[in-house]
Amino acid sequence: MPDLGGSAALAAILAMGAVTYAMRAGGFWLMAHVPLTARVRRILGALPGTVVVATVLPLVVRDGVPAMLAIAAACGAMLVRRNDFLAVLAGLAAAALARLWLA
Amino acid sequence: MTSPPPSDLEPTWSLAGLRLGIRLMLPALPGMIAFAVAVGATEARRGFGFLHAALMNLLVYAGASQMVAMEAWPDHLTVATIAALALLVATVNARMLLFGAALRPWLGKLPAWQVYPLLQFTTDPGWLITMRYRAEGGNDAAVFLGGALAVLVAWSGAVTAGYLVGALVSDPRAIALDLVMPIFFCAMVVPFWRRGRRTIAWCVAGAVALATERLVPGWWFVVAGGLVGALVEGFFADGADA
Repeated sequence: MPDLGGSAALAAILAMGAVTYAMRAGGFWLMAHVPLTARVRRILGALPGTVVVATVLPLVVRDGVPAMLAIAAACGAMLVRRNDFLAVLAGLAAAALARLWLA
Repeated sequence: MTSPPPSDLEPTWSLAGLRLGIRLMLPALPGMIAFAVAVGATEARRGFGFLHAALMNLLVYAGASQMVAMEAWPDHLTVATIAALALLVATVNARMLLFGAALRPWLGKLPAWQVYPLLQFTTDPGWLITMRYRAEGGNDAAVFLGGALAVLVAWSGAVTAGYLVGALVSDPRAIALDLVMPIFFCAMVVPFWRRGRRTIAWCVAGAVALATERLVPGWWFVVAGGLVGALVEGFFADGADA
């Protein structure tokens, strides 16, 4: 039976919280010690796009057609209207319809 | 669409920025709430006490890593198994190293005592809305705080509800709620897209992520793809298309 109670579980939770805060603060702390040249700034500025592509693409490959249609609909809506709400709604509608259709 | 160049002034804090951060976060909340309910329900089902669950939700405050940790929770907690749990959580959350690094050129101009407490509330959607706001020329750090507050309130409420009422949620897949976060992430970065070097960097990021996902267990594909893609954009082709 998993050990969930008492001070050992508390210690595990505190340890998990501590390492997660180290991840949250560590990158910010580290970059205080790296000269922020134009190139370094460019690398850091590129991160939002590359992180999202790296997060989403494996998921899309795994989920298949509905996810692909959802992402395409959301990006299309964003390009045309530049409205976050509309993009999420378009993506959701596309995914729900695709799953209904394929079910 | 051209963006004004980000200013090099110290970031400001304003009530308007706080409200903007909350508003920018709203489209991400439905997906986050659905996920938080699932996390809370899992905590209850696995037998965590309410206080332990609440503490984990606030201290770890990263749902995906909590799900993975609960999956791997050992039968006997020893120093060694706790260390293994912490290491596992660290690998799931290693992507946040990139988030903090990317915030440095901007938030590094604030006093450390203002930034380090705020970093505890870093989340994926919060980081993305902040980075986009900054890339479009914004300079109000309260946008980060506002987004973080919106997430904190929604997360705390939904994870508690999930813990208390458990499996009331039928099938989030049916209404595609499992895809809300990826959809939101993609909508966020569409304005970041540029022809040329940046497109190449995104392709590299995707390819590296796919390859890493196949070859390395766990969540390293986000870190590997994100980092290699960003390095490609920074290092290759010093053209004027930045």
